[in-house]
Amino acid sequence: MAEPEPIMAEKEVLPIIVPGYTFATVTDKISAIVLTRKTPRGWYFGLAISFALFMCFLYAVSVLLIKGIGVWGVNIPVGWGFAIVNFVWWIGIGHAGTLISAILLLLKQDWRTSINRFAEAMTLFAVACAGVYPVLHLGRPWLAYWLFPYPNTMSIWPQFRSPLVWDVFAVSTYATVSLMFWFVGLIPDLATLRDRATGKVRKVIYGMLAMGWRGSARHWSRYETMYLLLAGLATPLVVSVHTVVSFDFAISILPGWHTTIFPPYFVAGAIYSGFAMVMTLSIPIRKFYHLEDFITMRHLQNMAKVMLATGLIVAYGYSMEIFMGLLYSGNPHERFQMLNRMTGPYGIFYGALILCNILTPQLMWMRKVRNSVGALFVISIIVNIGMWLERFVIVVVSLHRDFLPSSWGMYSPTRFDWLTYVGTIGLFLTLLFLFLRFLPAISIFEIRTMLPAAEIKEKH
Amino acid sequence: MNEKIEREKDEVMPIMFDSGNGFALPVLNQSSGAQDPNAEGTRPAVGDEVRAFQKRVDGKAGKQYWRSIEEWTGTPEFEAYVTREYPSQAEVIVDPVSRRRFLQLMGASLALAGFSSCAYQPKEEILPYVKQPEEIVAGKPLYFATAMPMSGGATPLLVRSNDGRPTKIEGNVDHPSTLGGTDIFSQASILGLYDPERAQAVTYTGEIHSWTSFIGEIRAALEVEKTKGGQGLRLLTEPVVSPTLAKQIKDLLALYPNAKWYQFETAASDGAHYAALEVFGEPVRPIYHVDKAERILSLDADFLASHPKNLRYIKEYAKHRNPESGVAPSRLYAVETTTTATGGCSDHRIPMKPSEVEVFARAIAAAIGVGGVQEVPEALVQLVAEIAKDLKSHRGSGLVIAGDEQPAAVHALAFAMNGALGNVGTTVQFTQPLEVNPVAQLQGLRALVAEMQQQKVTTLIILGGNPVYAAPADLHFADALSSVQLRIYHGLYNDETSGYCHWHVPEAHYLESWSDTRAYDGTISIVQPLIAPLYQGKTKHEVLSAITEQSDRTSYDIVRAYWKSQLGSNAEQAWRRAVHDGYIKDSALPARSLTAKQNSALLTTPTKQAQPAANTYEVNFRLDPTIHDGQFANNGWLQELPKPMTKLTWDNAAFFSPRDARALHLENSMGSRGGDFEVNVVELELAGRKIKAPAWILPGQPDGVVTLHLGYGRTRAGHVGSGTGFNANLLRTSIAPWSANGLIVRVTDEYFEMAQTQTHHSMEGWNLVHEATFDEYREHPDYIKEEEPPTSKDLSMFPSWQYKGYAWGLAIDLSACVGCSACTVACQSENNIPIVGKEQVMMSREMHWIRIDRYFTGESDNPNGSVFQPVPCMHCENAPCEIVCPVGATVHSAEGTNDMVYNRCVGTRYCSNNCPYKVRRYNFLLYNDWNTESLKLSRNPEVTVRSRGIMEKCTYCIQRIQNAKIDSEKENRLVRDGEIVTACQSACPADAITFGNINDPNSKVAKLKASKRNYSLLDDLNTRPRTTYLSVLRNPNPALKPTKTEPA
Repeated sequence: MAEPEPIMAEKEVLPIIVPGYTFATVTDKISAIVLTRKTPRGWYFGLAISFALFMCFLYAVSVLLIKGIGVWGVNIPVGWGFAIVNFVWWIGIGHAGTLISAILLLLKQDWRTSINRFAEAMTLFAVACAGVYPVLHLGRPWLAYWLFPYPNTMSIWPQFRSPLVWDVFAVSTYATVSLMFWFVGLIPDLATLRDRATGKVRKVIYGMLAMGWRGSARHWSRYETMYLLLAGLATPLVVSVHTVVSFDFAISILPGWHTTIFPPYFVAGAIYSGFAMVMTLSIPIRKFYHLEDFITMRHLQNMAKVMLATGLIVAYGYSMEIFMGLLYSGNPHERFQMLNRMTGPYGIFYGALILCNILTPQLMWMRKVRNSVGALFVISIIVNIGMWLERFVIVVVSLHRDFLPSSWGMYSPTRFDWLTYVGTIGLFLTLLFLFLRFLPAISIFEIRTMLPAAEIKEKH
Repeated sequence: MNEKIEREKDEVMPIMFDSGNGFALPVLNQSSGAQDPNAEGTRPAVGDEVRAFQKRVDGKAGKQYWRSIEEWTGTPEFEAYVTREYPSQAEVIVDPVSRRRFLQLMGASLALAGFSSCAYQPKEEILPYVKQPEEIVAGKPLYFATAMPMSGGATPLLVRSNDGRPTKIEGNVDHPSTLGGTDIFSQASILGLYDPERAQAVTYTGEIHSWTSFIGEIRAALEVEKTKGGQGLRLLTEPVVSPTLAKQIKDLLALYPNAKWYQFETAASDGAHYAALEVFGEPVRPIYHVDKAERILSLDADFLASHPKNLRYIKEYAKHRNPESGVAPSRLYAVETTTTATGGCSDHRIPMKPSEVEVFARAIAAAIGVGGVQEVPEALVQLVAEIAKDLKSHRGSGLVIAGDEQPAAVHALAFAMNGALGNVGTTVQFTQPLEVNPVAQLQGLRALVAEMQQQKVTTLIILGGNPVYAAPADLHFADALSSVQLRIYHGLYNDETSGYCHWHVPEAHYLESWSDTRAYDGTISIVQPLIAPLYQGKTKHEVLSAITEQSDRTSYDIVRAYWKSQLGSNAEQAWRRAVHDGYIKDSALPARSLTAKQNSALLTTPTKQAQPAANTYEVNFRLDPTIHDGQFANNGWLQELPKPMTKLTWDNAAFFSPRDARALHLENSMGSRGGDFEVNVVELELAGRKIKAPAWILPGQPDGVVTLHLGYGRTRAGHVGSGTGFNANLLRTSIAPWSANGLIVRVTDEYFEMAQTQTHHSMEGWNLVHEATFDEYREHPDYIKEEEPPTSKDLSMFPSWQYKGYAWGLAIDLSACVGCSACTVACQSENNIPIVGKEQVMMSREMHWIRIDRYFTGESDNPNGSVFQPVPCMHCENAPCEIVCPVGATVHSAEGTNDMVYNRCVGTRYCSNNCPYKVRRYNFLLYNDWNTESLKLSRNPEVTVRSRGIMEKCTYCIQRIQNAKIDSEKENRLVRDGEIVTACQSACPADAITFGNINDPNSKVAKLKASKRNYSLLDDLNTRPRTTYLSVLRNPNPALKPTKTEPA
């Protein structure tokens, strides 16, 4: 969990919103992106590229469905490859959104308001990207519904001891709650857009989405209660989802997977990568849409600190793995697994992982680095790569050499693995571009409550 | 609807019994179920014939058949039925159609389209049994005895027939020559039978012709020959073992006195032939009794490799290595010129160059007191002395075996040593060769080529073999062949030789043929067909008969007539007995007592070795372990079967020792896909002939020797075999067919990708295979427990599940296993396991349910030996796969087997990830061929043919378990021990695999599991496998450098 302390300490130093805004200017500035400003060329360009990548995904998936899972590089012994690596990676990325919106809300971290909408959207899209993988990686994806406990004539249930079934519940719950949380948070802003929209079509669509929001005191009162409740619901999910995902590995008997430290270490890793992704996305967006006034250095610094903290938890996880594997367990297979991770054919990945996830982020101890947008952007990307490598090392490197040397193998992704991966990035970006264009990327009403004017009113 | 069902029931394959091939006698009648009451049905009349038929019936002409009361009485219901089924009878159609009526009809037919479909007959022609054969019960397999002829004899078999289709090969347990063992070739021959690429029609220069036109032409040509006494007629066959065929050939030669007959096959062992002629004055061959041999010296004899002639040896050797059998363990010194299974299983592996074998043999012989004195190389002095001492101290129970590839001198030395040691009559006996007319084959082939070159041959009949591919390169056989005016080839495939011949007559597969042959001990075995020829195949007997006799006799008539004349009084009964049993009792070739020539030049004078040029290598040629001389190149099972020592599939390679490889800077670099290796391509030059070959580094390969396997590089083998590997025949000469020196190796800058199924050869110091010497075991019987304390059974809070009824288990004796891989192929055949192709093997996706892990022991350059560990599913009681499957597709049965529910599998592969033994196999793509018609016939109907996206694995042959249980329940008893034999167990020539009920303390498997040698693989994981292993024991000579027993 993110430690809020350093965030509090710097509260006086940097403002959450640059002074000088009024209710009206805030609303104007944010809603203009959706309603009045001319859609920038760059947006079309970005969407086109993202959509093209998304088409790669559709192509790769079509081939996959026609020919079978063999178009990927998975084999025996490496039964899980890119699909699961990417699944865990995407799910992890999603975590920051929920953390920012729910946990920081409950902890009354006001600074979250500028980024929560955006982070929640990121969560949803990431979960969407993640969600396709477990289905596609099945040998017979059309039977994926067998993992749900649905009533059927043969009274066959899923096998509840399998963590994959827990995954189904964890991820689907997570996706549902995230969607609701996000949508509920959008309602007042959708009403604002409805009121300000000029075209008939826009009025109708935003009107429907706003679900009759009129902003009455009673609405607000119920709204606040519901939002808090949802935040309460979402909070355990932050912990539970990646815990359950980590069970996919921890429950097994494979050296490198069979590790009790996995749940906390996965959750920390998820938040780590999630914040890295929020950072990676928010820095260009704030620049592009000139939102520096709302997403300030304060936000970036806070995120950097959260990353530093979670990164250290992850580092602790790594060192525990080394300690257990090499020194403490005394199990030859565990020991071999750890050595193989470091010095085997995929040793370079492990080295890169340590470099990306443990060493590079330590730069953020320096105030200078925390104040440099460029440096933070680069570090966040490095962490994203590092977290992907972490999943690769866990999934593939553990599998490729296990108990019987006769069965050792290697894994190499095929072009369809890459196309699917790149394709989900395309899916993610496509959704993100559409989101930026058609919905307020920053919560208007919550920013307004941040204004000094709102504070004064409350006090009276 | 009832009509339909009855007809379908009658549709059971009639092939077997309509074939006109004579009677087939099933050995086992699986069940004598009730006769089908509808069996005496008529062939259903079609369309318009129905009425005519009715009329005929009404006219009371002849015998009356009827299908139902309705038909008999001609009721309106039956009329209506006929009208409905045969629309041509529908009167309304012939009425002039009004628009209104047309629309009505259209509407009605649309509405009824769904219903009517079930009243139509299937498109295929329906042929009911005119008479239900006695033995046939639909769905119950029958077993027929037959034998698979192959070089070096034949494998006696029992073949399972499901509804007239042979589907599985089993060994003939009663047959004295093999006692039930099988080899990979016979196991895989099922696939060969159904190979859609076998030659299917008689062709003349590629054009399809009829059999009769062939006979016409050939008889005309032979008429011309006859005038010259057959002066231009030549017959080239594989060595003929079949007595019937031999007689036919003799008849042919009598008819054409000037014609000549030659025999050739790649596997020819001319060295043994010459040696016997020299030492004994006549061509005899030795047969060994390995069970009586306590000390064995193998002079490069790979007598534990999978081959028909070795089946008995493997069984006897394995028995001798079993401490529970109470026999003193044997000790095997294996001299070898390349890494072999025999060397791997030996107690002392002695690698050396081919040229050194004779020197070594002479040295031992000298120490024993045979032949002259030989200089012994310094390094070998002690070894030679000890081996000689050991052999001498076991007079009458020692054995010296010379390899088929060895020159005459080594064979002669082996004969002499066995004689001097008093082994003849105990462990060795000499009999007539199996061949009716044993000849020096390469010499013969050379003569034939010379005759062809001199235009002396006008008509050449090639019966079997593939000489254009297989003939040594120096003979230029193909060129010579082209000068023959009329070339006739009789072979299974449209292959290299058929490409050079005018006529190609497709050969009938042995499972389609009547013939006879001799098994390795000489026992006459009757080859009985299981199915009528799928294509227009003809047997050798039929071809010879067609060209020599005016009558066109079937091979059944020919073989039967021959044996009728041989079997004496009561011939018919004896014949029926022979066909039923698969062999003629007590027909083994008798032991001959011979006097050996003591002063033969072969014994006294060492062969002059040409001094090899500097920086050259010795080369030795071997038959490929899985595709033999190339005749099985188009058999996917054998192509994909990992070679026992190298675990390579789909290719041969030039084998280099690790040290030579370092000197040449050769590298085998492991690829990134799991089963792929990138290796250097080397150019090999021998006597001016050059080929290119991938270089494979093989631990245990003697330094300075390059081994090439024959059988690959086929150009016209078929889709499966063409283009795999390289053709080593192109370097081989008829003068030095098995080894030569002066090989020049040049490393090219090319690379080649090879597919290997096991990429690591050491055990990383883990106790995967426990190995000890017999002495150590005697002193510390609990050594396994000391090495690896067993995991406690009560680690769980919950009480263990109690298996009340059966508890199936498997025990594998690693001391017995010689890695022959017959189990793997048998399993593939029994369980409809697909092949995946080289590309997929390179991606580590092979499908074998039982694989054989091979680990080398000792140092990596020169291992002491190797161990073979067959790994099927362990059927763990705490199965890691079961708890992680999200849909319950792999579940535990109440009898302790771990079952796969294919229909339920969604394909997460989690089970495989969590399987520490990695025995689960996954259909990454649609590997099974669902379309090829002939392959559909090959499948075991009791096992699901898996589709893509599904996990599969060893089931302990659950279908066999269920069948035995059903049988036992019908008889109200328990399944007897030994009643269930898994496919791998039944195939195993070494009896290394034992299956049974471990709840029954008297069962064989329970007793094995009680042995102190018994251990579980990866016991510390507490998976509690039902498949357990018995440790490897070796019996090294304590006087020699002690063999390291710890696996590397």
